[in-house]
This record gives sequence, C-alpha cells and structure tokens, in this order.
Amino acid sequence: MFRFALISALAALFIMPLTSRTLAAGDVTKPIEVEWQHGGPFGTFDRAAVQRGLQVYRDVCSGCHGLKYIAFRNLLEIGLSEDQAKIIAAEYTVIDGPDDEGEMFERPGKLFDYMPEPFDNEKAARASNNGAFPPDLSLIVKARKGGENYIYSILVGYMEPPDGVTLAEGMAYNPYFPNHQIAMGPPIDDEAVEYVDGTKNTKEQIARDVVNFLAWTAEPSLEARKRMGVKVILFLIVLTVVLYGVKRKVWAKMH
Amino acid sequence: MSGHSNFQSNNAVVKWIEYRLPIFSFVNEALVVYPTPKNLNYWWNMGSLAGVMLVVQIITGVVLGMHYTPHADLAFDSTEHIMRDVNYGWLLRYMHANGGSMFFAVVYIHIFRGMYYGSYKAPRELLWWLGIIIFILMMATAFMGYVLPWGQMSFWGATVITSLFSAVPIVGEAIVAWLWGGFGVDQPTLNRFFSLHYLLPFVIFAVVFLHLWALHVHKSNNPLGIDIKGPQDTIPFHPYYTVKDLYGMGIFGIIFAWLLFFAPNLLGEADNYIPADPLVTPTHIVPEWYFLPFYAILRAVPDKLFGVIAMFASLFILFVLPWLDTSKVRSARFRPVYRMLFWAFFIDCLVLGYIGGQPAEGIFIVIGRLATALYFLFFLSLPFIGWFERPGKLPESIATSVLEGGGGGTPDGAAAKAEDRG
Amino acid sequence: MADSTGGDGHDPGRRDFLYVAAGGLGAVGVAGFVWPLIDQMNPSQDVLALSSIEVDLSGIEVGQSITVSWRGKPVFIRHRTEAEITEAKAVPLDVLPDPEGDEARAQKPQWLVMVGVCTHLGCVPLGQQGEYNGWFCPCHGSHYDTSGRIRKGPAPTNLAVPAYIFLDDNNIKIG
Repeated sequence: MFRFALISALAALFIMPLTSRTLAAGDVTKPIEVEWQHGGPFGTFDRAAVQRGLQVYRDVCSGCHGLKYIAFRNLLEIGLSEDQAKIIAAEYTVIDGPDDEGEMFERPGKLFDYMPEPFDNEKAARASNNGAFPPDLSLIVKARKGGENYIYSILVGYMEPPDGVTLAEGMAYNPYFPNHQIAMGPPIDDEAVEYVDGTKNTKEQIARDVVNFLAWTAEPSLEARKRMGVKVILFLIVLTVVLYGVKRKVWAKMH
Repeated sequence: MSGHSNFQSNNAVVKWIEYRLPIFSFVNEALVVYPTPKNLNYWWNMGSLAGVMLVVQIITGVVLGMHYTPHADLAFDSTEHIMRDVNYGWLLRYMHANGGSMFFAVVYIHIFRGMYYGSYKAPRELLWWLGIIIFILMMATAFMGYVLPWGQMSFWGATVITSLFSAVPIVGEAIVAWLWGGFGVDQPTLNRFFSLHYLLPFVIFAVVFLHLWALHVHKSNNPLGIDIKGPQDTIPFHPYYTVKDLYGMGIFGIIFAWLLFFAPNLLGEADNYIPADPLVTPTHIVPEWYFLPFYAILRAVPDKLFGVIAMFASLFILFVLPWLDTSKVRSARFRPVYRMLFWAFFIDCLVLGYIGGQPAEGIFIVIGRLATALYFLFFLSLPFIGWFERPGKLPESIATSVLEGGGGGTPDGAAAKAEDRG
Repeated sequence: MADSTGGDGHDPGRRDFLYVAAGGLGAVGVAGFVWPLIDQMNPSQDVLALSSIEVDLSGIEVGQSITVSWRGKPVFIRHRTEAEITEAKAVPLDVLPDPEGDEARAQKPQWLVMVGVCTHLGCVPLGQQGEYNGWFCPCHGSHYDTSGRIRKGPAPTNLAVPAYIFLDDNNIKIG
C-alpha cells in the first residue's frame, strides 16, 4: 500500500542523516563500543567514576587542556560536599583584580571561579605543544563524532605505527584519530593515577573514568533532561489517549 | 473570513466589543463554524501543527534572545551559559533547535500532501504561492538561526551559503561583501543575522495569516480533490477538526519530546560544539538535514553559477507548478500516472537528501546528477501527463463518497476505501 | 468506522468525564510548558554563585568608610567613631519615621553595613553629609543619620541592612 510506503519513506527521511553520518566516517577506525551508565532514557552519571575522572583530569589532562565552562561550584553536582569543592578550588590560583592600587593579584580559587586555563592564550599553548593546540575539554564529548566511545578509543588506542607508516616529528600513532597521526602523546598508562578509593588503576579504568567525567562536563543537565523526559512523555501519552477518546466521541456524534 | 456573520451572543461584554471590533464573529467563522470537508485524513493535520510549531519557535526564541549575546567573542559562551546556568536553559535551547527540525518535517509533509492531492490547483494557486513564500522564509530563518551559536558548522555553513551569491556575474563579490559587512563572515555578519533571525518569524506569521485567509476563501481541498457542493459535504471545524488536530498534536508531541529529551543532538553536528575558527574548516561540511536535497542539487552541477541557478530553480519551480500541471483532476487518487510519478519524485527527494549528506565524490556524484535530472524531469513532464493520462471516475460528491465508504467518521476508512478503488 | 460503531456515544457521564479529563490534563500541560518560560528570567546559577561576597575589614580605620559592590549595588561599610555610635544610640525611637534601634542595625556597634541605595527612588546617597551627619541623598533631599535611618525628606524607610555575618573579627560575608 502507498500508505505504508509513505510512512516508511518518512521514517527513512528521519533516519537518513544518521546513516549518512556513520557512512561518512571514512578511513577512521570505528570506535570501541563501551556501555555508559548515563546512556539510554533512564541513564544517570556514575558518580564515583565521574569523581575519579575529576582526579584523572586534574592529575593528567589539566597540564595542557582547559575546562573553561566548569566552575568549582559545579563540582557539588557530582556529589562533592561544599567543603571538598572549596578545598579543591583553593588549590588553584586565580588572577583577580585590579585592586585599589590598580594591580592584578593572585588569590586562591573560590567556588564561583572557573577552572583556570593552562595557557594564557592559544599562541602560548601552541608554543609549548610542538605547534598543536590542546582543545578545551569542557565540550569535547559532544564536539566529536562518536562521543564517549571516540574519546575513550583515542585514550586507549595508541600503538606502534604499522610497517610502512612514517610518523611526522613529534606525532604518535593512533588508529582512531583521523589520519592516524595525533600530536598528543599517549596520555594514560597503567597506574597513571593513584585512586584514593582503591579502584584498580588500569589504563582502561582510568580512561573510562575520565570519559565519564568529560561526559558530565559536556552536558551537566543530562540527568535533569532525562528525568524530565520520562515524565513528559508519560504525561503526553496519557493526554493523547484521552484526546483520542474525546476525538472518537465527537466524531461519533456525526451520525 | 468574509461575508455575513451569524454569530450571536447574549453576553453584554462580548456584545460591546463585537459591535466595535467584530473579533468574536471573526474567530467564530475562522475556527468554529468554518465549513470543512467531511473527509479530511490525518495528512491534513500538518497545517495546524506547523502553526503550533511557529508559535513554539517564536516563544522559545524570544526567551533565548534574553540570554544570548550576538557577538563573535561571546556568542558561543552565551550559548553554553544558556545550557549550563540559565534556569531550564538547556530545555529551551534544545526545544528551539529540535523544534526547527520538527517544524520543517511537518512543513515538508504538508507540501507533499498538497502535491499528492493537487491542492495547488485553481482556485488555490495563490494559497500555494503563499505557502512557498513561507517555506523560503523558513529556510532563510533557519539558516541564520543555525549561525547564531557560532560553532564551527555555524561559521562555515554561513561562509558557504553566503558565498553562493558570489556566483552572480559582475556584482557577485559586491553582494557577498554587502551580506558579510566585511571581508568574511565575522562580527557584523553575526549581528545582522541575529537581527534578521529575530525579525523573519514575525514576517512568516504575517504570511501565514494571508495563507489562512486565502484558504478560507475557497475552503480546504480534500482527499478526493472535488469541490464542496453543499452543506452536506462539510462539517463545522469545531469540534470535529479542533479535537482531531489536538489528538494529532498529542502524537506529534510524543515524537518531539522523544527527540528533545533523549536525542537532542541527533540531528545536529558534533562540529558545532567547537567554537568558530576562521582558520580551520571542518573536513565535512553539511547543512542541516532539511537543506540536504537542495544542497545535493547545488553540488550536482559542475559549474558554480549554474549550480546556484539549479538550486534556486529547484525551489522556484514550485511557483509554476499550478500551471505545469495541466490535468483538471486534483487528487492523485484518480490519476494513475501522476500517482506513480509522485512517488518517484518523493523517493527522488529522499535520494537527493541522502546524497546531500555524502561527500561529493565517486558514485555519489553520479547518483546526485541523476537524481537532480529526475527532480526537474518530474515537473517538466507534468504538462504532458495531464494531456494523455486517463483519470479514474470521480465520485459525485464528498457526501456520497463518504456514505459509500461505510461511515464518514473515519477519514482513514474513507481514504483506504478510495485507495482500493483508485 | 470504529467511531461510528461506538454504542456508548450517548452516555453523557463518560463523555463529560472525558472532556473534563482532557481539559484538566491540557491545563496541566500548558502550565508545565509555561513555567520554564517564566523561571528562565530568574537569576541564573552563575549569578546566584556571586550573590555573596567576603570583605576584609582590617584596613578600614575608625571614621573611614568603604564602598563595595554587591549584587551590582553599592554597599557602605563604615567604621563608626564613638561619637557617631553614641549619637545613633541616643535617638529616641518615637522621633523616627521608620523606628528601628541602632542595635538592630549594627551587629557590632563600630561596624555599620548597609546597602547604599536611597529608599526613595534608588539614588546613591553621599556619606557624612546632611543635617544628621550621616548620609544625604542629593536627588530629592533625604537625610539619614549616623545609623543610616531616615530622618527627613521623602524616603519612606531606613537604608537597608543586608544579611551579613562576621566570619571572624576582621572578615564579614555579605549575602
């Protein structure tokens, strides 16, 4: 029937952009599939993993990568107490001012401060990183095709270049990265961080934790969104059923 | 919307207002007693849905405008500020972004419905024209809105689309510089796009008003495509179609909510979460999905000027559709050849959409050119179809057809029956 | 067709229930949609995060005032002299347009903390001026005393005292 054809075609119209996206991936290796607790309609962040990820970010990533959309007050959302967040904030130095003499001054971070940038500007970042610019990580999970899986794959995917591949100066080989040559050296090894909660610090565990953390920094509203979504859709289903009943009643009157 | 009103009220306030400004009788005629064909099917829900989406977009847009800063240095940050700090900011932004997609989806179905049932034919040519004008205004609005977050795809989409005008001979470069307000997409471009993005929806609103005015002169078309012959063919819009539209909105709302809450970035591009960088182009620039068919036509022609002409022609050819189609029969139900062609055209549009999302290389170029040729061939073949096609026998009236269908209550039933026959 | 076969179409009870249910749910839905549109205009999270400030008082000598910015408004912090304190405490409450004791306005008598916005129409008053040696608003001539209380002029109430606490002897947190 044409009706069926039309409906399936319309469905295709919606799905089309998705298929086109996956097909457009080109020569890049497909990222490793990982189960994320915050996936799916009922997903919530794995608080413990996100907190460990914060530690990984601070110990490993923050030397080169900023996190400029995250304020220390936001850490309360991942289960830190106000005192814990204050202590972390105070470990950072932020530039404030000008003071009454017109000078900028340094002071310990406070809850309303944002994560300080590792470099003063992009030029300084490139100068310290062999010409490459380490991107800000706040949105990295949303800013890369493949999202969490892609970031995770990059972190664990470093390997020796296969025969016949010559790396440019200062580059590392990573099959998950476009063109397979990445300016960032392997950032994480086994035991790269020492977890206080006793979690085994394998490379995979550390990568998973930091990706959990970055998924949160990319979309802190994720839990609120999904919670509201479930409620709204249930409400709409009830409303629609009632409206369908009303519609039937009204149209029955026609005869 | 015109003529004598039979609106009566005993309420003194209503009477007082009505005497000075007959707004109650106006609403009464437009939305309550408005005689509507008995046999409209669910494809006729799309008009009111589009109206609702326009209102949703305007409301959420005005609200987002309270927090957004149209400055090249601050646009991306203010968007993230909305997502992170503004109360329900994430909800409003995702609703607006995905609302655009839902709006286009509904309008596309609306247009295809009009084409299938011949709603563009006399005496509804101007109604059709106003619809195309709305569609073009929507495309302009959506394009400029997509630029506002000032991500990589915003910036490079703006660069590519505005550069289309450089194809114009002689004055092309001057036009582009005028559009940009500079030597590239930059702060002046962003600022004016914000201004126009805020303005155009209200222009759309005005054209929608004209669209409805024209609709109410000759009333809605219907799945049979035959004229209303008398009161036995119609039912009042309220409560029959108000409640049916509301039910449709419920179904639509569930789909919209699913997208909004569980896959808000599904139709977006990851690159747009990278702040705009005039020095680095993303490897694969694609417009939003609703532009893909036109984008495919643009790329199908290997000449810059003719590519642009082809793209605009694919849009503007819709204006002459009422005269290209020479058949006196409206509904495709009674037009066996046109019906086949319509579905071929529909699939061709999907293919173009798919090709538009692919890199311009290899087999995709060949398919894109073929699909572009078919797109225009569809329109150009219409005059001849009307000439040799032998349409099926039209029912005497809407009322008799509904009765034959075994009960007019469900347009589906009537439609299915008619489908079997046709 | 299913519609026309429904035999209970004449049952008014069920029909009314359906209409009421649909109307009620619709109203809930509209309210649910409208609330975010209203709430978005309330102070956002980053604004709320800056809603309290900490001020170091140690540098302020007796008889000096500083003005700090709090929530976009000036806050006067004055290290009052003994004379000012005595003067403020000596005023009988019944001569005040807005009766309020000095003890209620200053947690520690030597420190007066208040929002420097005239309660008349929002101008910023000038310090140590006016007929009561306190603050004077040049816009419409309101006179405040050494406790920031309105004494003369069109302003209806005393200068507002913000919520603040002493973190220690030399530091206060406003807000």
